[in-house]
Amino acid sequence: MILVWIIGLLLCGGILCWLTDTWKAGYAKWIALASVVADGLIISALLVHFVTGTGPQAVSPYPAPQVTTPSAEPHAASPHAATPWLIDYRNTWIPSFGISLRLSMDGLSLILLSLTIFLGLLAVLSSWKEISERTGFFYFNLLWTLAGIAGVFLATDLFLFYFFWEVMLVPMYLLILIWGDSNRRYAAYKFFLFTQAGGLLMLLAILALYFIHGRQSGTYTFDYFAILQSTLSPTAARWIMLGFLAAFAVKLPVVPLHNWLPDAHSEAPTAGSIVLAGLLLKTGAYGIIRFVLPFFPQASTAIAPWAMLAGVISIVYGALLAFAQTDLKRLIAYTSVSHMGFVLLGIFAMQETAMQGVVIQLIAHGISTGALFAIAGMIKERLHTRELARMGGLQTSMPAMGNLAMVFAMASLGLPLFGNFIAEFLILLGAFPQYATLVVIASTALVFSALYCLRMMMRVFFGPAAPPTITPPTASAQQDIDSREWIILGLLCVGIVLLGLYPQPVMDLAKETIQQLTLNFRI
Amino acid sequence: MNELAYIPALPLLGFLVLALGGRRMSQKAVAITGAGSVCAAALLTMVLCGQFFGSGAVGAAAGHASPASVHYDLQLGQWFHAGALSISFGLRVDSLSLVFMFIITFVGALIHLYSTAFMRGDRDYARFFACMNLFVCAMLILVMADNLVLLYLGWEGVGLCSYLLIGFWYDSPANCLAANKAFIITRIGDTALLIGLFLLFKELATLDIAAILRQSPGHFRLGSPVITLIALLFLAGGMGKSAQLPLQTWLPDAMAGPSPVSALIHAATMVTAGVYLIARMHVLFQLSPLAMTVTAITGALTLLVAACSAMVQTDIKRILAYSTISQIGYMFLALGVGAYGAAIFHFFTHAFFKALLFLAAGAVIESLHHEHNIFRMGGLKDKLPVVYWTFLAGAASLAALPLVSAGFYSKEQILWYAWRAANGGTALWLAALAGAVITAFYSTRLLLVVFWGEAKTSVSSRPGRLITIPLIILAFLSLTAGFVEWPHNLLPVHLFSGFLQSVLPAPATRSGGETIGQLLAVMATLAGIGVGYQLYHRQPEIGIITRWQQRPLAAAIRNFLFGGWGFDRLYDTLFVRPLVSITRLNRADIFDQLYVAVVRAARTGHRLLSASQNGSLRWYAVGVLMGILFILTLLL
Repeated sequence: MILVWIIGLLLCGGILCWLTDTWKAGYAKWIALASVVADGLIISALLVHFVTGTGPQAVSPYPAPQVTTPSAEPHAASPHAATPWLIDYRNTWIPSFGISLRLSMDGLSLILLSLTIFLGLLAVLSSWKEISERTGFFYFNLLWTLAGIAGVFLATDLFLFYFFWEVMLVPMYLLILIWGDSNRRYAAYKFFLFTQAGGLLMLLAILALYFIHGRQSGTYTFDYFAILQSTLSPTAARWIMLGFLAAFAVKLPVVPLHNWLPDAHSEAPTAGSIVLAGLLLKTGAYGIIRFVLPFFPQASTAIAPWAMLAGVISIVYGALLAFAQTDLKRLIAYTSVSHMGFVLLGIFAMQETAMQGVVIQLIAHGISTGALFAIAGMIKERLHTRELARMGGLQTSMPAMGNLAMVFAMASLGLPLFGNFIAEFLILLGAFPQYATLVVIASTALVFSALYCLRMMMRVFFGPAAPPTITPPTASAQQDIDSREWIILGLLCVGIVLLGLYPQPVMDLAKETIQQLTLNFRI
Repeated sequence: MNELAYIPALPLLGFLVLALGGRRMSQKAVAITGAGSVCAAALLTMVLCGQFFGSGAVGAAAGHASPASVHYDLQLGQWFHAGALSISFGLRVDSLSLVFMFIITFVGALIHLYSTAFMRGDRDYARFFACMNLFVCAMLILVMADNLVLLYLGWEGVGLCSYLLIGFWYDSPANCLAANKAFIITRIGDTALLIGLFLLFKELATLDIAAILRQSPGHFRLGSPVITLIALLFLAGGMGKSAQLPLQTWLPDAMAGPSPVSALIHAATMVTAGVYLIARMHVLFQLSPLAMTVTAITGALTLLVAACSAMVQTDIKRILAYSTISQIGYMFLALGVGAYGAAIFHFFTHAFFKALLFLAAGAVIESLHHEHNIFRMGGLKDKLPVVYWTFLAGAASLAALPLVSAGFYSKEQILWYAWRAANGGTALWLAALAGAVITAFYSTRLLLVVFWGEAKTSVSSRPGRLITIPLIILAFLSLTAGFVEWPHNLLPVHLFSGFLQSVLPAPATRSGGETIGQLLAVMATLAGIGVGYQLYHRQPEIGIITRWQQRPLAAAIRNFLFGGWGFDRLYDTLFVRPLVSITRLNRADIFDQLYVAVVRAARTGHRLLSASQNGSLRWYAVGVLMGILFILTLLL
């Protein structure tokens, strides 16, 4: 039930924001903040419980008959292995089609859920002053996107999963379309079309699974655990997997399906960019881990080398493009392509160490890129530009922002001490024994990431200031970060350093899930 | 041994205090925090050294080898573990680490003291000391780490701090570019090192240094390709940080930072990291004769290339930068012939005289309105006497002036091993000997041009006591630090190699030729000094240089050497420009065209099809007729 609350709070909060705004402007942001904070409290309680408890097998404080073991234990090969699931909620929705309201949480979901609420909170905070028009509707869309993302991380009914997949898409589309920058229509359409095309293929794949499972077992259901039991012919498995993979590869994104990303990220308002880069991309990775690998172990083993190759291409290609950009937000957007390539590389290495790295990477990238987008947004509020050519020497007028930006740039280029290093190190180390060549190519990204990060720092914060004819040095353009911005960046900074120095709690949380998963591939 | 953790923790604390609150602190408070933390770390390190000697290492120091190496361990907690990998925050200090720790904290502390006066009045006083403290901390972690991942953390931390400090005066794009260059070129080496770590982990399933050193001899066959590859990757890592051929190009530019930063980078931290890495992992290198040979050749080539460039530079700090590359080349040469102790000994003496030379150079530059060109200096002997005498000590040590300078003892040892060690040979020895001549020559040139002759720029200010005291201490050590280790045939004093014996084995040598070797080394130095004296002190009388400058060939050679053998231009054409132009060409992302084409196809189709839907009845009638005809034809 607690899981329903988490999503429901966001959905209701969103509607409230919209409604109150019609009679009293200015309440919306407080309501949004309140609902995110309330969610944050719930999740903190869950985190505290499951991290400090005796591990995932701890008796859940939320008694329900299905709590410990979902009816269908998917891994008959390991009867003694503990189940990774922590909380399970199940209710009927449309029984005639076998659709249920089933939400389950394991360590991985909990980690990603925490990230969702954490970045959601910062997204609300960073829109505090930026959004002045139709604020109620803005926060409605923001909260609904967050709800959709949370739902995607929790749903264990395929129909429900698809439902949440769409819930996160449409409000995000509106966020870009209404509150975006000058070229927002183009970016919004592009985002929508790319994601929707992928989503459609996934819907077909889900329906195919539904019917195949129904014909085999006689019960037509969208239930995740039930479908895990069905056996597929190799051909069917390959095609259905490609359907899923299409949706997730667009979201991740994988080169050459990445073209929606730079446009959407750069045109979206700051909160939109944070949610896009920090969370939306993670749903693609989550989908592959949750659905593609367990549903189609053979087919994904067969495609693994190609997927890893695509990951490596994304890593290098994204880094090279980031190096060439002249638009700050586009630059950061392309670094996402590069970093998410590591995720793909790590997932398809199908190896425990690499998979642990993937989980860390999901969080570390969310934090570091989210922070860079927040900084880009703050600079845009001051200078009214995203062009690197119109910046320069900002360290003099904004030393605090410059120092914080340095922290996140260093995190982004994979300096030890920050979470990103742990992630990339584990992914590369885990994948190395089997795929040495690919890992060596991927390692060159360490040099390329230094190239683009240092170039970014030099153009924005160092060097001489842009001439006053290009960027007039008004008082507002020279202001260092205020206390609200300190809170945003300070929280992110603490997060990324903690993840770099003490990543073990996260790794322990995800451990059960990962071990179950890699069990399938240790044949 | 809990005090162990305080040594890196103190500078870290200093960094945190200065980074978080530095902008609200007075300059005095900043100076006390910044310099105090490193001084305290230096004191602690000396206490540790004392304990170390007291706890059984003395026997080894006196020449009786103790088989079990003495060391201190401290586990600070788990960092992360996943699968078979388990990494902790663990410190391990043995005599090798201790030598490095002593230099890092002691020379570091002197540099910090000097900086409190040197940087006074700078807008970013707190930022400067924050970065310096972090630098010392990162370097300490590097040499104290008990596993390679923690070592890598220090390794990268050192790279970060050098980047921050080289680009400290960020207003000028040239400084930023120099900083970027330093970071990126060393990162190339770091990446090689990281791949080496992966390979090592694949083979041994551990990254604990002690375990690696223990297991490697049993696991790897002597000279097998895998161990050679690992050793070469580690060597590449060392080349980046230690500015060895072909990754040396960042160091001459790195003098864009303030002078104390150069002193710190060149003497106590950063460039010696590669030497430490190879000495620390010498077991791996020992297993691969090929990697050893490559190391030795790298060192020999580097020391010659850099020494030649140093001969013709005109910027005082650039001369010193090239001399560092060259001296580290000596250390690599020693490592390559298996004389690890000699390499560390040279590191030990080099740290004193190079820190001294950079700090003295900083004082000179500061007194002369930021003048860097040595030919616009001159005549400072009487005006800055303290700087002159200390600089003289440093230059003598760099030139390896026989018997009275520390540099002599360490360099002589390297020369001898390069010739007589089992891995050594005449070619390596001749290269080192030639390097010694050139080094003595350019040291003399530097000293004479800057301090003798006529004054060309007026002295604006004299260094204060906080500047001269570190200079005097370093000058004293530059002369005397070599007395801890004497050549075999002169005095049976081997304190330094005895101290290191438990960690670093002595190389096998062919006996004989000691006296000849020493005499030749002495003659090399004296010849270099003599030529320098002739050319630069008596230049007005003999005028050789003026005549050379008029010959096109000589001028071309001089320009070639001046530009660092064209490495920068080579890399520019080979890597930088292609990369920049390719990425610029593809700035708009070629894949976007794919989707633009899809959109265009859809638009065209839309236009074509909507043309058929034009509302004209005649069109539709024709369409229907055509359809009927088509179907009829099919049926028939």
